[in-house]
Amino acid sequence: MKYVDEYRSGALARNIVREIRQVQTRPWVIMEVCGGQTHSIVKHGIDELLPEGIELVHGPGCPVCVTSLEMIDKAHAIARRPEVIFTSFGDMLRVPGSEADLLTLKSQGADVRVVYSPLDALKIARANPEKKVVFFAIGFETTALANVMAVWQAKREGVKNFSMLVSHVLVPPAIAAILQAPQNRVQGFLGPGHVCAVRGFGEYEAISSRFRVPIAITGFEPLDILEGTLIVVRQLESGRAKVENQYVRAVRREGNRMAQELMSEVFEICDRKWRGVGAIPKSGYRLRSEFRDHDAGRLFEVEEIDTQEPAACISGQILKGVKKPHDCPAFGTSCTPQHPLGATMVSAEGACAAYYLYGRHLRKEETGHVT
Amino acid sequence: MCLGIPGKILDCFESQGLRMAKVEFGGIVREACLQCIPEACVGDYVLVHVGFAIARMDEQEASRTYRLLEEMGQLNELKPSDNENGA
Repeated sequence: MKYVDEYRSGALARNIVREIRQVQTRPWVIMEVCGGQTHSIVKHGIDELLPEGIELVHGPGCPVCVTSLEMIDKAHAIARRPEVIFTSFGDMLRVPGSEADLLTLKSQGADVRVVYSPLDALKIARANPEKKVVFFAIGFETTALANVMAVWQAKREGVKNFSMLVSHVLVPPAIAAILQAPQNRVQGFLGPGHVCAVRGFGEYEAISSRFRVPIAITGFEPLDILEGTLIVVRQLESGRAKVENQYVRAVRREGNRMAQELMSEVFEICDRKWRGVGAIPKSGYRLRSEFRDHDAGRLFEVEEIDTQEPAACISGQILKGVKKPHDCPAFGTSCTPQHPLGATMVSAEGACAAYYLYGRHLRKEETGHVT
Repeated sequence: MCLGIPGKILDCFESQGLRMAKVEFGGIVREACLQCIPEACVGDYVLVHVGFAIARMDEQEASRTYRLLEEMGQLNELKPSDNENGA
């Protein structure tokens, strides 16, 4: 596949690793922000290719993982209603709420449907005018465009039975929260390539200069991740801190202006609670009041839900790059993808689930981080 | 979740007032919304995420990056310290 296969060349990967080895003089801790990058790193064993002392820690960039338990319980309460067709991306189906997951609700008779795109949910609404069709709108800025477009189109067409339960999260406030945490170990970042394809990277330049931290806007294939790592290591070794764009084939500095305009017409910034991390100010999107007729959070009265996460789970520290899956005694024993205890195990892009999927729970002797 | 797949535009059309396209991904053809990439046309590659094109792939930049990576290998071969780790 063009633009994919050529970025998986083993020979070129070895070239970049060699270059990193020549540039590096001491240990560095680098965080990849996006869950897609975490998945790619563990799948291709990129962290194990890197020279000793270059440690990749895994960031909070899995929106399925960080969707709060309260929001999931709210989604389930709406999905249980007989007049509702509840639509969602497939990733959310197995995520446990306090009592069940969406698949279980479906088996109990709820009308839960998986869609590939939010436009498919809109199609379902057009075809079922007697039902209320609700779409669970989760994601980072990348997915916000698609979700915004569906609700914008619903309003334009007057599809009154279509609404969204919005639980969007934003990357830059999460990076700032990680850097401000007292136990922070992260010295450089691989920035989220697809988020930046939409948003551009101006916000990351502000973070880089405020915290004096190198950021390489990075793609998702093995060569992208290795080159992004090389860019960050070069900056760290020479004491520089700026944003460099590794993913030039897809990301421009200004991003996709048309998408940004549409997003600010439909969404506004709000505070958001992240599963495993807690509340981060101004770290989410919600629908503007002009779209309240399509806001499932307003349309469906749901009682305040009191939730509690299992005490054994250390996903909060993993999401901030302080710990790794192997630091958790529950990892691979009482916590597995079939029975996840917390955020980083609930979706395949969570660090714990990715480690489990690629057999790393079988290597219990592995330590959390290089000191 | 933020998975974006590059695909080739085979055909453009309009549906419900939105600009749409048939996009091919390694032999599989799916519909994608082109509304936010107005400059993209048949033959271009776009990055598609949950049914929406979010960026047009820049062919020149892609081949420039790749060439630089290849050159990195050639330069490495000239460096004497290259043999020490046998990577």
